[in-house]
Amino acid sequence: MTALGVVKLGVGSLVLAVMVAPALTVRAQSQPDRSKPPSLGPTPQLKLPAIQKRTLSNGVPVWLVEQREVPLVRVTLLLKSGGSDDPSGKFGLASLTAAMLDEGAGARSALEIADEIEFLGADLTTSSLFDASAVRLGVPVARLGPALAVMADVALRPTFPDAELERVRQERLTDLIQARDDAASVAPMAFARLLFGPTHRYGTGAIGTAATLKAFTTADLKAFHAAAFQPGNATLIAVGDITADSVVPQLEKHFGSWRAGSTAARHAAVPNASQPAQRQITIVDMPGAEQSQVRIGWVGVARSTQDYFTLQVLNTILGGSFTSRLNQNLREEHGYSYGASSRFDMRLSAGPFFAGAGVQTDKTAESIREFFNELTAIGKPVAADELTKAKNYVAFGFPSNFETIGDLSAQLEQLIVYGLPDTYYADYVRNLQAVTADAVLKASATYIQPQKFLVVVVGDGKVIEPGIRALNLGMVRTISIQEALGE
Amino acid sequence: MRRRILLVVFALLTVPLSAQSPAPLQVPYRQFTLANGLNVILHRDTSIPVVAVNMWYYVGSANEKPGRTGFAHLFEHLMFEGSKHVPEGQFDILLEGSGGDNNGSTSNDRTNYIIDVPSNALELALFLESDRMGYLLDTMSPQRVDGQRDVVKNERRQSYENRPYGMASIEMDKLLWPPTHPYSWPTIGYMEDLTAASYEDVVEFFKKYYAPNNASLVIAGDIDFDRTRALVEKWFGEIPRGSVVEPVAPPAAILTSVKKKTLTDKVALPRVYLAWLTPRFYAPGDSALDVASSVLAGGKNSRLYKRLVYDMQIAQDVSAFQQSGALGSQFQIVATARSGHTAAELQKVIDEELDRLRRDGPEPREVQRAINQMEASFYQRMERVGSFGGKADQLNAYKFAGGGPDYFAEDLARYTSLSPADIQSAAVQWLPADRRVELVVEPEEKR
Repeated sequence: MTALGVVKLGVGSLVLAVMVAPALTVRAQSQPDRSKPPSLGPTPQLKLPAIQKRTLSNGVPVWLVEQREVPLVRVTLLLKSGGSDDPSGKFGLASLTAAMLDEGAGARSALEIADEIEFLGADLTTSSLFDASAVRLGVPVARLGPALAVMADVALRPTFPDAELERVRQERLTDLIQARDDAASVAPMAFARLLFGPTHRYGTGAIGTAATLKAFTTADLKAFHAAAFQPGNATLIAVGDITADSVVPQLEKHFGSWRAGSTAARHAAVPNASQPAQRQITIVDMPGAEQSQVRIGWVGVARSTQDYFTLQVLNTILGGSFTSRLNQNLREEHGYSYGASSRFDMRLSAGPFFAGAGVQTDKTAESIREFFNELTAIGKPVAADELTKAKNYVAFGFPSNFETIGDLSAQLEQLIVYGLPDTYYADYVRNLQAVTADAVLKASATYIQPQKFLVVVVGDGKVIEPGIRALNLGMVRTISIQEALGE
Repeated sequence: MRRRILLVVFALLTVPLSAQSPAPLQVPYRQFTLANGLNVILHRDTSIPVVAVNMWYYVGSANEKPGRTGFAHLFEHLMFEGSKHVPEGQFDILLEGSGGDNNGSTSNDRTNYIIDVPSNALELALFLESDRMGYLLDTMSPQRVDGQRDVVKNERRQSYENRPYGMASIEMDKLLWPPTHPYSWPTIGYMEDLTAASYEDVVEFFKKYYAPNNASLVIAGDIDFDRTRALVEKWFGEIPRGSVVEPVAPPAAILTSVKKKTLTDKVALPRVYLAWLTPRFYAPGDSALDVASSVLAGGKNSRLYKRLVYDMQIAQDVSAFQQSGALGSQFQIVATARSGHTAAELQKVIDEELDRLRRDGPEPREVQRAINQMEASFYQRMERVGSFGGKADQLNAYKFAGGGPDYFAEDLARYTSLSPADIQSAAVQWLPADRRVELVVEPEEKR
C-alpha cells in the first residue's frame, strides 16, 4: 500500500500541475491527447488479509480474517464431504441432508429457526455440492452470539422431522419437473449425463434423480450426517468485524464440545471418468424453442492439476472473458448469440470441460460450426498480445476477489477444500504471469481435442437436425428430454 | 453472458436495512459540476486497490417513442462498440488488459455504465468513458447497429421467449399501464421495433440524451480526490453541453377494475401473477409496501409462504415485491402451483391472506423481522464499491432519485420508522381486491 501511495502522489502532482489553468476555465482548456490510450501506472499491490489460525479444544481448526469495513461477520462450518460421497444408488443424499439441516434442529422447529434467524437480521444457508457441505451464517456482529446458537443446532443437532422431509422431497421432485421447462437447465444436465453416464457421480446433478429422491429415508439422512458432520472433517471460518480473541471463545462455546461419532468420516474421491471414444452429436428435442442451448466438450481435469494456471489462461483466451474468441465470434462477429463461453469445472476429480451458448434456432448449425472453428484454432500457437491480455486480465483483476467478507470466506473455502498451500494467494499473480505460450499450446493439445467432443444441443429437433447433419461432424441422434436425463 | 445485462427495473434501492446499528451508515463524498453540466461525485474507499467508474445517463426506455421500443437498451449496447479514438473492440481489449471489467444496464428510467479497474487504470477508464460520451458518432455505422441488433434479439430470445414464463412480465406491463404510458412497453423492446431501429435513430438519440448535462459520474474507490478531479476535468471538460432534456410526462395510470388474462407457455405448472399500481420510488407508501412484501412472502414464516408452500403445499413458490420506478411502481405477487393444483386455488388463498392483512394488519414481530433484514442488507450493500449495486452505483441512484448521493441513512429511516399500522394502511390503500391485474400462465395442452 505504501508503494501505491507514492506512485499515485507522483502521477497526481504531475497532472495537477498541467491542469491548474484548465480546471478554472473549462471552456478554454486544451483538448486532451486522445491519439493513444493513457498508459497505466505501476500495478498496485493488494495487501492480502492475514489468515489467523486457531484450534478449538476438540481439534476443530478455526480460520479467521479480520475485515472491519462494515459491522458484519460471516461464520462458515465447512465439511469435507459432499455429493461425491453419496453412496451408489443414493445420489442426492448429501444435498438433501444439507437442505434438511434447518428444517428442525435441537429444540427448534423449522419455523422457529427461520423466525429467529430473520429476526436477528441474519442469513443462514445450508448446502452441499460435490466436494463439500457447508452451513453459512451472515449476521450483524452485535448479534453473533444468538445467531451462533441457532447455527450450532442446525449443523450439529438436526432432527430431520418426517413431515419436513416429505415436504422438502416434494419440493425437490417439483424442482426436477420445472428444470425440464428450461433449455438452459436441461442442457448442462443432459451434457453431464451423456458424458459421465448414469453410474458415475458426475453424471447426475447434485440433488439426484426422481428415483433416488423418492427412496430417501430419515435413516439415510441421519447416517450421512453422522458420517460427514464430525469435528475431524470440519473447519470453521470466521470473517468480518471481529478479532480472533473475541470470536474464538464464542465458537468454542458452541462447537467446542462437539465429539466424533462412531463412524469414520466418509471421504472418497470419485474415479476419473474415461473420455468419449469419438465425437457424437445429441439433439435433445424441445419443440418450438426459439433458441438452441449448445454444450460441447468432454471430461476436463481435477482441481489438483499441475496445469491449473495454464488452463486459467487458456480458458480466458478461449471462452472465459468478454473478448474471448468464442464470445467475439458467436456474439460480436456473427450475432448468433447473446454470449458464448467455456469453462473447466474443476473438482476433486475431473469435472466437465465445455463450451456453450444459447443460439438462435435458425443459426444453430452455423453456430456449431463456429464453435468447432474456435476449438480447433486454439490448438495453434497463441499470439503474444493475446496471451498478455489474458494473463493481465486475470492477474490484475485478482484483488476484486477479496473485497467483501463473502468473497474472503469463499477464498478460504477453496484453500481448505482443495488443500491449497497457505501461500497460494500470495503466489497467485506470479504463478499466473509465469504461464508461457508454449505451455498454453501443450495444454490445448492435451485438454482440447474437438474430434472427441460430445455435442449436446437442446432445441427444436425438427428445425435444427437437417443443418446439424449437414455439418458431418459425426453420428447425430435426436432424443427426448426423458431419454437424455435417464428417466 | 455477464455483459450488457438488461435490468428491467428493480427497485433502485429497495433493498434493506436495520436494527440498532452499531456503525453510522455514511458514505462521505465530494460533489461538483463541470462547466458543461456533468455532475461528478467522488468517494474514497481504499480497502482494495480498485476504482469504480460509474456513469448514469438520465435516459431509459421511458424516453422511447412508439415504434422504437427497446431503443435505449439497443443504444446501450452500441456504447461498447468503439468511438472516434477507440477502434471497434478496443474498449474491451484495453480494459481486460488492465485487469478491469465493464458492463451496462438499461431500465425504464436510466442507463448505467460500469467500469471497475485496478487503481492504476483510472485514467484509462476516464479516457474510454469520455470518448464515448464525446465522440461516439464519429465512427458509428449502420453495420454496427445491425450487429448489436442481432445480439439484442438473441438477448430477448434467451431472456423472454425461450425462458419459462418469460413472456409474462411483458404481458403484465401491457395490462397494468395505459397504452401511452412508457412503462407499458418492455425495456428489451418488441421484436419488430428492434428490426426497425436505424442508424438515423442512433444519431438522434445520442444528440438528444447522451450529453454531459444529462449524466452523473461517480468515481469511487482507491482514489486521490484532487488528482481524480483534475483527471475528470481533463477528459470530460471539453465535451460540449447538450440541450436540456424535457422530463417524461406520462399519462395518469389508474386501474379502475380487475383486468384478467390467461397466457399459455411451454411449462409444466400453472403460475398466477397479481399486480397493482403503487406509489413511485420514495413516495409515501413505497417503503411500507416493501415491508408488506416481506410480511407476505419473505421467509418461511411469511403469510403466503407459510400457507401456500409450507402448510397446504399447493404451491412450489411464492414471491412478492414492490418494483419502484421514477414514474410509478408496481406491486406483484407471484405463485407457482404444485402438480395437480390450479392457479385459482392459489389465488383464493392469496386473497384470504390479503383480506386478513388489510383487516388486522401485521403483528409487530413480523414488521420488526422485516426491518431487521432490511437493515442488515443496507450494510451488506456497503461492502462492494463497484459493479451493479455497489457503493458507486448506489450514490448515483440516490442522486438520481433526488435525495442527494449519501441518502443511505435517510433511506434506512424510511423503514425503521414504520409501524404495523403503516403496513396495514398501505395494504388497504394500494392493494385493493377490485383494482388489479390477474394474469395466469397455463401449461400448453400437449406436453
